[in-house]
Parts: sequence; structure tokens; C-alpha cells
Amino acid sequence: MYDTEKLGTDVNQTETKISARNVQVYYGDTHAIKDVNVDIDAKSVTAFIGPSGCGKSTFLRCINRMNDTIDVCRVEGDIKIDGEDIYDKRVDPVQLRAKVGMVFQKPNPFPKSIYDNIAYGPRIHGLAKNKADLDEIVEKSLRRGAIWNEVKDRLHAPGTGLSGGQQQRLCIARAVATEPEVLLMDEPCSALDPIATAQVEELIDELRDQYSVVIVTHSMQQAARVSQKTAFFHLGNLVEYGDTSQIFTNPKDERTESYITGRIG
Amino acid sequence: MTDTTQNTGAVTPISSLHTLDARTKRRNAAENRFKLYGMIAIGIGLLMLVTLLTTILSKGTGAFTQTFVTMEVELLESKLDKSGERDLEKIKKVTTFGYAPLIKTAFEKTVEIHGIETDLKSKTMAKILSKSAASQLRNYVIANPDQIGQTIEFRFLANSRVDGYMKGRVTRDSIANDKNITPAQLDFVDQLIEAGALKKTFNIDFIIGADASDQRPEAAGIGVAMMGSLFMMLVVLALALPIGVAASIYLEEFAPKNWITDIIEVNISNLAAVPSIVFGILGLAVFINYMHLPQSAPLVGGLVLTLMTLPTIIISTRAALKAVPPSIRDAALGVGASKMQAVFHHVLPLAAPGILTGTIIGLAQALGETAPLLLIGMIGFIASNMPETVGEGLLSPNSAMPAQIYEWAKRADPAFYERAWGGIIILLIFLISMNTLAVLLRRRFERRW
Repeated sequence: MYDTEKLGTDVNQTETKISARNVQVYYGDTHAIKDVNVDIDAKSVTAFIGPSGCGKSTFLRCINRMNDTIDVCRVEGDIKIDGEDIYDKRVDPVQLRAKVGMVFQKPNPFPKSIYDNIAYGPRIHGLAKNKADLDEIVEKSLRRGAIWNEVKDRLHAPGTGLSGGQQQRLCIARAVATEPEVLLMDEPCSALDPIATAQVEELIDELRDQYSVVIVTHSMQQAARVSQKTAFFHLGNLVEYGDTSQIFTNPKDERTESYITGRIG
Repeated sequence: MTDTTQNTGAVTPISSLHTLDARTKRRNAAENRFKLYGMIAIGIGLLMLVTLLTTILSKGTGAFTQTFVTMEVELLESKLDKSGERDLEKIKKVTTFGYAPLIKTAFEKTVEIHGIETDLKSKTMAKILSKSAASQLRNYVIANPDQIGQTIEFRFLANSRVDGYMKGRVTRDSIANDKNITPAQLDFVDQLIEAGALKKTFNIDFIIGADASDQRPEAAGIGVAMMGSLFMMLVVLALALPIGVAASIYLEEFAPKNWITDIIEVNISNLAAVPSIVFGILGLAVFINYMHLPQSAPLVGGLVLTLMTLPTIIISTRAALKAVPPSIRDAALGVGASKMQAVFHHVLPLAAPGILTGTIIGLAQALGETAPLLLIGMIGFIASNMPETVGEGLLSPNSAMPAQIYEWAKRADPAFYERAWGGIIILLIFLISMNTLAVLLRRRFERRW
């Protein structure tokens, strides 16, 4: 899974899933994201790195319009998924979020049973015709979230009773249950211990087969381990974007080099 | 780090940890003083609470017992139904005056049966009974006309002076200038007690009965006022809960944050602090004078109390909604739930215990509210019977528990005073059980995440 060199060759053959052009984000008077242009590949893992407050999470939240829930937030520019502008007036953010799943920094399972946590998305989107269908979706999602073996005997126990790492994998399973095409992850391992982190990273690598994964991370090692492409953000600017191996071994920009060597950030 | 490693070892410390320096001593003393003040404050509070409760209990428990005289009354056909036809219309023509002789005769017989020696005339003996005795007899006969001619055992209320004598409120000294009772009658009461015909027992009528006129405090009960309070609370619950919760959800989850919502928010907080009598006069002006709803009706009382309770419910509901972590909303929105689904499926269930608690506490506040009721006429002697239908309960004149207590407290007869304290006990039982329910619900449904 850490064989980035081999993966790097795949990247060039993949098509673009998300393309952002001249994206600006304002929080009230603050200009949080400045003129970001980026093309994110389908079926690959893209990492956003950068110091705290550089706008990487903000940009991530633009991709499924979670920023709409913040009153003072304003987004300009184009973000297209499969060539469709997601900020078009005809786009319903609810429909968009079914297509673009999200995993948050802190594991946030619903205070319901494990089963209901997974089944909630498919239920509200009408993905299951009957109970058997739903059971199947729940099992498939939990398997894909690499947590099935741990919870199959207690599907009706509360999801909040699991350990932190299990909760996060449950949240990932919940996100994939609605059959999204893109999976956004906002520092999914920041609340986890090294073992749980390794499990989640392994999972992310597997998810690459079916989804375009975008992951925000503070850990450069993590970015190097799981991603094929890496974007470095600094003070709201996208400083450098390229193959992960290139960013970490041969950065073009001075700031990127300073950051990955620990001089800024 | 490196400095400390150098200092450790056999170096003599500058100060010993086994002796307190002056500064630490002062700090500890200040802390101990503060703890003492706190304990004194709690002590004073507890003392007042205990004083309050013992006063209420010692003065109010008397209202739950009442003195009754048990005796056999012969329902003479010659007095009640001269024609012998058992025609209800004719029987009804006999007024309570017509029943008075029956009671006198009954007293003469009772004296005879128990072998009581007394010089009192039967008319004077009958005066130890409540003025309601004759009407009690009449009501029985009208309900059971076939019993005419039989001898039946009745339990009559003794009048409030006799009751006071049983409870120690009235003594032979205190009645020196009392026209309502004489020492001779008290002697007769003593003889009846000895014979077992006069007893002080639990009086359910105080809890379920209606108010009575100034002349017969012994017959007054708080039951009808309780129904008035109940119907008001139903109105408050039916209006304030949905309106309050809907308003809070909109303000908290959907409304944009701008100056209009800011003004609304400030005004809601202000409304919670408006004196309740203001809501009373508002109710009088709007509901009675303008909308011509009936006076003294629990419906109007309920509407006024709804206005009063709404801010409480809105504030506590918004606090409960705010306490739900935003990560739950994110989680729901993240899997593609609409805002409304996120609120109703996830946020509201988590906020429900807080909302329920706020509502119950709001209701308890409304239940104890008197001032607005004064202005819409839910006070004074309201001689209504138990309402029989919901419509009647909402629209016919009634009082409420606190208003009834106020009414009793201001009447002259000390027997009413005792009932006011008794009413307070009942009201407090309601309030305490509602608050307990609020706490239990919160404990039961509070979920952790």
C-alpha cells in the first residue's frame, strides 16, 4: 500500500473527476481561499496538506457545499464534478451530498444503533426497496468500511459505544452506504491512535478502487502514504499541486519545501 | 529540563514543604472562609425552607379532615310527600325549610338512643350542623324518592365552629362574643363525641368539592378550581408547546442571523421578564373586550398563560437545540439529509429532554400564576359545579387553584384561612410532582454522544 512509485504511473491515465477554477471563498470580510485551480482525478486519493488555517478544510467543504450551512460564507468561481457546475442554481445541495460523501475530523456517529447509523442514508434516499435490501446495503457498507467483523454480532448496539477508531470506520461505512462517487475526508485520523490510523489508512487505500477520495491531513507522512496526488495550501493559496512523490521529494516551490522540511507551519 | 536535573540530589531546599509559608496560609484561610460563607448561605436557605414547609404543613393539614355528625334520619312521608304519589315535581316543591324539622327530630332521637342528658332544645342542637345539612338531605331525597318513609343513616358536616373546636381553633374562652355557638352547645358536642356520633375524619370533599359561600366554610373544596387549573393547563400545553417549539426550531436552525432575528431574540428575552399582571391586562383588553370571549373562562385564562409561558418554552427549547453538538448536524447533512431531516431525525430527538423539561417548568410556573387571573375574572366566589364536558370546562366560569387560595385567604372566617393553607399544600404537591417529572424525564431520556 505504500508503493507510491508504482501508483504514480497509474495517476496519469485517470480522468478528471472534480475541477475547480478560480475559486474564492470569503468568510464575511476575510478572504479565506484565493483563486484556487485544481483538477482532482477519479479513482485516486488526493491529499490536501498545509499549516492550520491555510484553507484546506474550507476548500474541501466547498466540494459538497457544506459551507452553505455557514451564513457568512460566500463562494465564487467554478467547481465542476463530471463537468457539471455544482454551484449552479439548479443543483440541490442535498442531492449533491448524496453523491459526494463526507467523513469528519471527529468521529460523529449518530446516537443510534450501528445498523441505523448505516441505514439512515439509504433510507432517506430510498436506496432500499425492502428490509432485505437494506440489510444487504448495511452489510456491504460495513464490509467496505472494514468494520463488519468487529460489529456483525452487535448491529443493534449503539454506535457511540464503539472505540474511536471503530467509530471513524463506522462513519466511513456510513458515508459509502449512499453510494457516493467522491469521498471527502477532513482529517479523519486526527482523533485516532496509530493503530486505528493504520487501519483507516489501509481502508482509504482500498476505497480508491471505487471512489475519488480527497483527504485533508496534518500528517505529511500520512499524505505520502495514502495519496497519489498532493496539494499544498498556504494562507489561502494553492501553492503547489502535483504527484505525491514529486511534492515530497522534489518540491518546486520554496514554501512547499519549507513546510515539508518543518521550517513553516 | 536540564536545569532541574542539576538541582536534584543532596542540595538543601530553600523552603521546606513541611511548613506553610505566610502566603499559602493566607490563601488557605481565605478559601476556608469562603467555604464557611457558602455553608452559612446554604444553612440559611435550608432553615427558611424547613420553616416554610413546617408552617404550611402545620396550618394546612387541618383542611384535609373535617368534623362529621352521624345520625339516623326518618324521611317522614307526611313532611316530604303529603300526597304519597312520589311525584318528583311535588317533592321538589318542599324547600330546605321543610327538611329542618326532620333534622330536629333526628337529634331528639339521637339523644335518646345514646342516653345523652341535655337541656338544649332540638333547634339549638341542630345548629351545630352545617347550613348545608338540610340541602344534603333534600338532594338525597330528590335523587332517591323511593326512600321516603325509611330511616336512613346520614353523615352531616358539623359547622365550622364545631370543627374549629375539634381542631383546637375554637375554645370556650374564644367564643365569649360569638353568636354562632354557645358553651352549652360545646358541652353537647362533648357528649356526642363520647357517644361516638361526632367524629373528625378525612374529608375527600375538600379535594374534589366546589367552593362554598361565606356562611359555610366547612363545605368548601378546591376540586372545581383544580379542574379550572387543569383546563387552563391543557390550553397552555396545546398552544404553547407546538408554537414555542416551532418558533425555536425556526429561529435556531433555519432563520438567517440578521438584525431582524436579533430584535426578535432580544424581545423574547424581554417578554420572559414582563410582569404577569401585564399579560393579564392584555388578555382582558384583547380576549375579553375585543374578541368577546367569555369572562372568567379557563379558555381565556389558558390563552393569557400561554402568552406568559411561550418565552420560557422558546428560551429553554433554543438552549436545548444549541446544546446538540454541531457534529450531529454535519453528520446528517454529510450523508445527504435535508436540513429539515437533519433537524427532525437527529437534532430534535436529542433536544427533546431539554424541551420537555422547559415545557414542564413553564407549565408549573403557569399553574402557580395568580395575577393575570385577577384581571380576567377567574377570581371571587364562583359557585360552579364540576364541569361535565370539555366545552363546559373551557367556557363556563371557573377559578384556578392559586386564585382560589387567594380568595379563601381574604375571607373573614378563620375556617377559610385553614383551607387556604390546605390549598397551598395541594398546589405544592402538583408543582413538586411536575418538577420531579421534569427531572426524571431528563434523566431517563438524556443521551450521551
